[in-house]
Amino acid sequence: MTVQANATRSQRVWYMTLRGICALGFVFLLAPIVVIIPISFNEGSFLNYPLSGLSWRWYEAVLEPFPWMFALKNSLIVAVATTVIATTLGTLAAYGLSRADFPAKAIVFGILISPLAVPVVITALGIYFFFARVGLVHTHIGLILAHVALAVPFVVITVSATLQGFDWNLVRAAESLGASPLGTFRQITLPLILPGVLTGAIFAFVTSLDEIVVALFIAGPAQFTLPRQLFAGLRDLLEPSIVAIATILIVVSITLLAVVELLQSRRERIQGQARP
Amino acid sequence: MIVRADTVAATGEHSGRSLEAKLRAAQRRRKLKAVALVAPLFLFIIVVFVFPILSILYHSVDDPKLPLILPRTAEVVAQWDGGALPDEAAYEALVNDLRDAYEAKTAAVIGMRLNYEISGFRSMVMRTARRAKRIEEPPYQASLIGLDERWGEIEYWRAIKASSGPFTTRNLLAAVDLERRWDGSVGRAPPERTIYITYLTRTFWISLWVLVYCIAIGYPMAYLIATTTSQRLSRILLVLVLIPFWTSLLVRTAAWVVLLRSEGIINDFLVNVGMISEPLSLIFNRIGVYIAMVHILLPFLVLPLYAVMRNIPDSHMRAAGSLGARPVSAFLSVYLPQTLPGLAAGSLLVLILALGFYITPALVGGASDQMLGYLIAEFATRSGNWGMSSAVGVLLLLGVAVLYPVYRALLGRGAIRLV
Repeated sequence: MTVQANATRSQRVWYMTLRGICALGFVFLLAPIVVIIPISFNEGSFLNYPLSGLSWRWYEAVLEPFPWMFALKNSLIVAVATTVIATTLGTLAAYGLSRADFPAKAIVFGILISPLAVPVVITALGIYFFFARVGLVHTHIGLILAHVALAVPFVVITVSATLQGFDWNLVRAAESLGASPLGTFRQITLPLILPGVLTGAIFAFVTSLDEIVVALFIAGPAQFTLPRQLFAGLRDLLEPSIVAIATILIVVSITLLAVVELLQSRRERIQGQARP
Repeated sequence: MIVRADTVAATGEHSGRSLEAKLRAAQRRRKLKAVALVAPLFLFIIVVFVFPILSILYHSVDDPKLPLILPRTAEVVAQWDGGALPDEAAYEALVNDLRDAYEAKTAAVIGMRLNYEISGFRSMVMRTARRAKRIEEPPYQASLIGLDERWGEIEYWRAIKASSGPFTTRNLLAAVDLERRWDGSVGRAPPERTIYITYLTRTFWISLWVLVYCIAIGYPMAYLIATTTSQRLSRILLVLVLIPFWTSLLVRTAAWVVLLRSEGIINDFLVNVGMISEPLSLIFNRIGVYIAMVHILLPFLVLPLYAVMRNIPDSHMRAAGSLGARPVSAFLSVYLPQTLPGLAAGSLLVLILALGFYITPALVGGASDQMLGYLIAEFATRSGNWGMSSAVGVLLLLGVAVLYPVYRALLGRGAIRLV
């Protein structure tokens, strides 16, 4: 978007207006995230500027065993288990689906990613009914299973996308040289699709780490995750430790975003090599 | 394994058939292997996702309580036409059923079910059930009316008939502000229950306005990112959109609460610089809902738009300009049409996601800003009314479902892209 030298006056006005809207848009997107970070280091307990001094006291509050460390532990247990299960099941399924002759491919793919297409509050309601009947409400396992259903479409999509540029001749070559199917998968296929698998795994991890609606429906006090605890905090008492935990989560998100960007460029490079 | 048709044809007839058979066997094995890889996830999704969604449809019409808890009464009212008060047999059945229900401690359950029909029914059932064992002989009708004169009013009996299951349309009808009368006709529900259409239209209006704001801000942003001549700057701007996209929804909502409160950062700033004297109400109302929802959904509009705009050569606009088109008409007739697929993709994504919002309005909205998702959660987790929460769920699901054919028609398969 550049303004040409011979632009008329009204063109310049348009151009400046557009730039103004864009600037406002970016400020709008980033300001809330940027503004709350310094407040987490405030010495006083007011969630406002000017800061009355710098301190780590709210981070120390976060380190107290209850409620934040307890919630963090629950979140990590659920998110790690979700990631492992979703990545394994999702990668296997995407690998099987990528075979050219898979029966009813489009329909099966559609069903596997269908949890993305339904509002989460509806999924949560259905899972709540089902889990209430089989005794999985208020259990970690129940929460993990529900999160796998929400997270696994991301794995299927990212791994399928990576497999689209995959050269099956490499697998045939390995097999004709006497490699076992498992050996071929581990030594040939997996290293090549690894960026897609890891991207899917990160999406699965973030999905579980952020998930709140299902947690509201089926988690008991013993399964309170970070989002569930944040929800309770925002409803009842807005205290600075919420801002400290928010800052920590922002740092985690940005780190994971950076990793995904790296994996993305690596994937593009591998696919570029595969199709010269 | 690759076997070419010509090699099969070149070999002798006998070995050719065996090669063909071998090929078919190998292909069958490969197919089985592929199916075996997909099967675990497929079954998982069927059990943990598809089955629960179907169970919502079932629960929206399921009404098993009365025949289970008051079996004799259910049988009698099934024969009753609802025109005049039922006879002594119905009262006898009810007395016996309520006595049994009280002993089985199920009277509260059926009381709650009947309370959906007429409020106050629950306490009436509980009180009658407690005293039912004192009524040992006829006349049952006179004794029951003696306990509570409302047993002589026909509306309560019609409510029992309406609840006699095992399936009901009351929840689905109630979700669109209708009710079935005792004579089978369908009419508008009484005013105290006609809240659902209000929620439905509000949900659509909020989603639509969020979409309008997203387009107003997001279209220029995507345009800027796509047309910036510096690759590096374009990449940085894209990451600036991705950062909020990746930040937890709860974190962003918390940030808005800190910013928008009456004693929050924005109000403090505006008061301090003297622009306002009284804090503005920016949160726990519709303004707060719009701000937080647009913030969460804006990247979903910008990213697909950017993906389309990136592939539009800027020579098109230059050509239009050199052929004499003024900037506005060049934009409208050359640029905008080419961005429509991206605009449609982003818009539908925003709309579909917005319709299902629940957490954000619950945290930054007021009582009159809640959407359908809130009703679903309230009914399911607070009042334990599975029937109504399912019926509202079906309503929301239908609202989203009508948008999907549009989405697919405009974009075809592979419409979902992540990065």
